[in-house]
Amino acid sequence: MGQALKKEGVHEIVSVADLNLWYGSHQALRSISLSAMTGEVLALIGPSGCGKSSFLRTLNRMNDLIPIVRVEGRVIVMGQDIYHDGVELAELRRRVGLVFQRSNPFPKSIYDNIAYGPRIHGERRRSELDGIVEQSLRRADLWEEVKDRLSASALGLSGGQQQRLCIARALAVRPTILLMDEPASALDPRSTAKIEELIGMLRGEYTIVIVTHNMQQAARVSDRTAFFCDGSLIETGVTSELFTNPRNAQTQDYITGRFG
Amino acid sequence: MMRERIQLFLLASCAWISIAITLAIAVALLQETVSFFREVSAAQFLLDTEWTPLFWEKHYGIWPLVCGTVITTVISLVVAIPVGTTIALFLAEWSPRSLRQIIKPILEILSGIPTIVFGYFSVTIATPLLRIIFPSLPGFNALSAGVVMGIMMVPLMATLVEDALSVVPQSFREASYALGASRLTTMLRVTLPAAAGGVVAACILALSRALGETMIVTIAAGQQPRFSLNPLQAVETLTAFIAQVVMGDTPYGSIEHRAVFVVGCLLFLGTFTLNVGSMWIRERFSSTR
Repeated sequence: MGQALKKEGVHEIVSVADLNLWYGSHQALRSISLSAMTGEVLALIGPSGCGKSSFLRTLNRMNDLIPIVRVEGRVIVMGQDIYHDGVELAELRRRVGLVFQRSNPFPKSIYDNIAYGPRIHGERRRSELDGIVEQSLRRADLWEEVKDRLSASALGLSGGQQQRLCIARALAVRPTILLMDEPASALDPRSTAKIEELIGMLRGEYTIVIVTHNMQQAARVSDRTAFFCDGSLIETGVTSELFTNPRNAQTQDYITGRFG
Repeated sequence: MMRERIQLFLLASCAWISIAITLAIAVALLQETVSFFREVSAAQFLLDTEWTPLFWEKHYGIWPLVCGTVITTVISLVVAIPVGTTIALFLAEWSPRSLRQIIKPILEILSGIPTIVFGYFSVTIATPLLRIIFPSLPGFNALSAGVVMGIMMVPLMATLVEDALSVVPQSFREASYALGASRLTTMLRVTLPAAAGGVVAACILALSRALGETMIVTIAAGQQPRFSLNPLQAVETLTAFIAQVVMGDTPYGSIEHRAVFVVGCLLFLGTFTLNVGSMWIRERFSSTR
């Protein structure tokens, strides 16, 4: 299916219309309408607390874990309104992976970390799991570094390796969309470069929505960029245009470093 | 300077006093144990299958008391570990805050009940109830004592396991949910294994508590040393024997009286080993993190 969609070119794989989100009485997102195209890298930028992470987490309904959250609006992911009743949460989250800001491998072996996702979705065959583990680690560009110690604890890896392990873990359940919540903000420059390189490798094969407050990073990795401020979507555009020729004064101020 | 030295001296002497007391107890136990074995051979102690120091015809085989302790302990753990762990999982991972605020105080009240009340409860309520399933159950028996001992240990188990679960980082749970795992899967496959060290340590602490528990088994288990592992009859545990002799009119210095120290020594060794074991396990688990 993904292949067919790619051939069509521009196709909205994520389409959000008039999204409002509250934490208790505090409104964190105001009337957001934003789409992501199949295979693109969409960057969400904006100052801290602007709602970009909240937006990201509505796309796989991770906000559900916070009891006081209330969501209104239409969030269509792969043709399905995900806030509709009968939505299979397990299947949604399998198809929309999430990589967190701080790497969070389980206190298990490298192998078991990757195999966790496929296992909970019912894969039992050892040979199949072996294949998934290798393939996922290769995609996350970690295989060569860990292939001789798959049974070692994942917590023995360096910070950058742990984050790539988490990406591999997310890829292991064969998602279509990958959400990344400031995936490199806790890493040193070299590991950050590695993660960015990886995003470049994954582009096209997956649709990636990445939150970052590093504007150079957004400029380097993304096709399109959306600028959030105070819970509102200020401007969306092709990354190169948004950074060189912003239409909105607020965007201009932010990207030139006047606030944020 | 002077003041600091005095403070240090006071603190150090407190630490040393507790060490000295422990050592003194160990020495007293050993001394009496040695004089016991001058009169009773180690072979009889380990090979005889009867324990009758208070009878005319004396036997000093330790196994009947060990059997009594093993049965009641195992039964209590079979009750306390699953029930306590389930309650802990429910409290830590499932229950809304309002329900938690009701359950926690109830557990605390349960852990505040004196053991003598549990003993009485075992004889007057638990045994009659268990007779519905086992009609031939005698009035004093290992099953009822063990079950009630287990109920007594549920709050301990629940509290310790909940503590272990609460230190598992939220990010592990989030990672699991983000992969599409349900709450139950996350709990069983991520949270509980991540807390395994604490759970095992809790089990060992419960085991050690069960070994040392005296009042319930003295009242409810029957004080009949028996070389058997059948829970449906009266038994006597190591602790219950000590209670029986010390509260009875056994003359000081007699061989029966010395037997108490031998049994005490055995209990001490048991709990000592368990504590060292739990420390070792905790270290092993923390090093794999």
